[in-house]
Amino acid sequence: MHAAGISVSRLAASIGLGGVLAATAAVNLYAQQAADPPPPWKQGQPASVADSKLAPIAPPPVPTAADKLPLDKLKIKNGFKIEIYAAGVPNARTLRLGDKGTVFVSSRLQDKVHAIITKDGKREMKVVASGLHRPNGIALHKGTLYIAELSQISKIDNIEDNLDNPPKPTVILSDLPKDEPHGWKYLSVGPDAKLYFQIGAPCNICLPPERHSKIYRVGLDGQGLEVYAYGIRQIVGMDWHPTLKQLYFSENSRDWLSEDVPEDKLNRVTQPGKDNFGYPYCHQGNFTDPEFGWGRSCGEFTKPIALLGPHSAALGLKFYTGNGLGNEYRNVIFLARHGSWNRSVKIGGDVVAIKLNDDGTFRSMESFITGFIQNNNYVGRPVDVLPMKDGSLLVSDDFNGAVYRVSRTGSVATK
Amino acid sequence: MHMKPPKVTSRGRRLAITLLCLWSQPAWTASIDERLAPCLACHGENGQSTNPEVPSLGGQTSPYLLIQLFLFREKLRRLDIMNDAAKGLSDDDLRAFADTIAKLPPPLPVADPGERARIERGRALVRQHRCNVCHNPDLAGRDNVPRIAGQREDFLIKTLREYKANIRAGYDASMADVLQPVSDADILDLAHFVARQR
Repeated sequence: MHAAGISVSRLAASIGLGGVLAATAAVNLYAQQAADPPPPWKQGQPASVADSKLAPIAPPPVPTAADKLPLDKLKIKNGFKIEIYAAGVPNARTLRLGDKGTVFVSSRLQDKVHAIITKDGKREMKVVASGLHRPNGIALHKGTLYIAELSQISKIDNIEDNLDNPPKPTVILSDLPKDEPHGWKYLSVGPDAKLYFQIGAPCNICLPPERHSKIYRVGLDGQGLEVYAYGIRQIVGMDWHPTLKQLYFSENSRDWLSEDVPEDKLNRVTQPGKDNFGYPYCHQGNFTDPEFGWGRSCGEFTKPIALLGPHSAALGLKFYTGNGLGNEYRNVIFLARHGSWNRSVKIGGDVVAIKLNDDGTFRSMESFITGFIQNNNYVGRPVDVLPMKDGSLLVSDDFNGAVYRVSRTGSVATK
Repeated sequence: MHMKPPKVTSRGRRLAITLLCLWSQPAWTASIDERLAPCLACHGENGQSTNPEVPSLGGQTSPYLLIQLFLFREKLRRLDIMNDAAKGLSDDDLRAFADTIAKLPPPLPVADPGERARIERGRALVRQHRCNVCHNPDLAGRDNVPRIAGQREDFLIKTLREYKANIRAGYDASMADVLQPVSDADILDLAHFVARQR
């Protein structure tokens, strides 16, 4: 799907929708004949799926050695190069940059947050926090590292001055739900100096409990928790438009409905505290859920600004405001697609560049780095991106436990 | 995260402690088979456990074993006896144990044929909840997804309940996700069926 790009997505969606309706009709017929039909949302599953090989893909528990990383498989546009920034970073997930140049790396499956420092041209890795539970969300603000675990948020002040002997994190917000499914968080600090995070749906598709399926914001001291947006399934990427100051986020859509629908989404919050993005009633802005959508309409909900491919697992995104990659990429969104598991032919496994119009609406999407999928298998899986002060772009890979660096090979193109 | 201690009989506990002492002998003095002996004393010779709530390991997939050994070593999966057993093992140790254990023969299903109605219900539940998609149609597992066919019924019940209650975190959240809509009665029938597959 990424090769074909966004332009065919709407077409794919409408074809997929037709397929869903046809399948539903077929199942109704089947249900009349069968003595004990399966629950409604599982109807329509073709018998062949029983032999399907689809399953979530767990990364190896130990990182890949530097000389075994798939650098030769990764393809990037002409005029750019990709190199290893750091290897041996277990389950590397969210990337964040400190004011003094330290790169912080979170983990989802392991218990640590790492810091990577560059000293005399060499990279050194330190553990800055451990014994954490699913510490996927991290954010830096005025020298403080904030860590969002599964059910709490904590902080370490002046982290870059204490990398060798960091104090234990101080909890600022606790007692968040403890559900494992979609319990891991993405954490971001807004232009209003507040922390933003989500509580995902504790399931693939369900009517979520009261506290779930929402984006929240809270003060840096953990006070004043409020709902910022409603109706999300799971988010693993947020960033702020550099001039409009609006929150953009990627959202992962439900599984097991079809190969081609629904697609993951790029969303934008324009009405804080009001926007509802539709889960579990409406998917990808244009079709209602076969179980939960009856009596509802997609017109009730905020539409996505772009569709990012079915099951593609759109994760980390950042606006690129530097000029090291050339004018062409000024203010684009770089977005990492982790890649699908709930699809026979894998898609995603790339970093895309998304261009917006001046009013913040979607203009185009193109591939930037590809090659993480080889012969329908993963050789790596990109998670997050991080623009650096020198204009380069870092990319994390949780499958290999590595961080790559992308830069221009020649002089920067200017218009 | 609160965890219920494993139910081990006092005889079993004494045995396990004795065996753990054996475990600590330096690696270079023992072959992998010798080092595996204490594991198999609880998990069963030939990969088939006879101890309540202690899983059979025969025919288990190597990538799954590696992940679990890693989780025990890092105390990301909490069980004192296993955390102690895996303590200090190198990455290469973990790989060697995983590869060796995976070669043990798969466990035989229990001789007791079970209740026919419950087995049929369990079979339907396996399809309904798509266990057969990830664990394979024969439930023998593949890659990071474990073999569950022929596993001890009590261990299956314990594990499924732990996943559902978010007590066993797992390496990722797939199982907690899958079990969200599954009732305890369904868990019992699922285990009744799966334990009798080979």
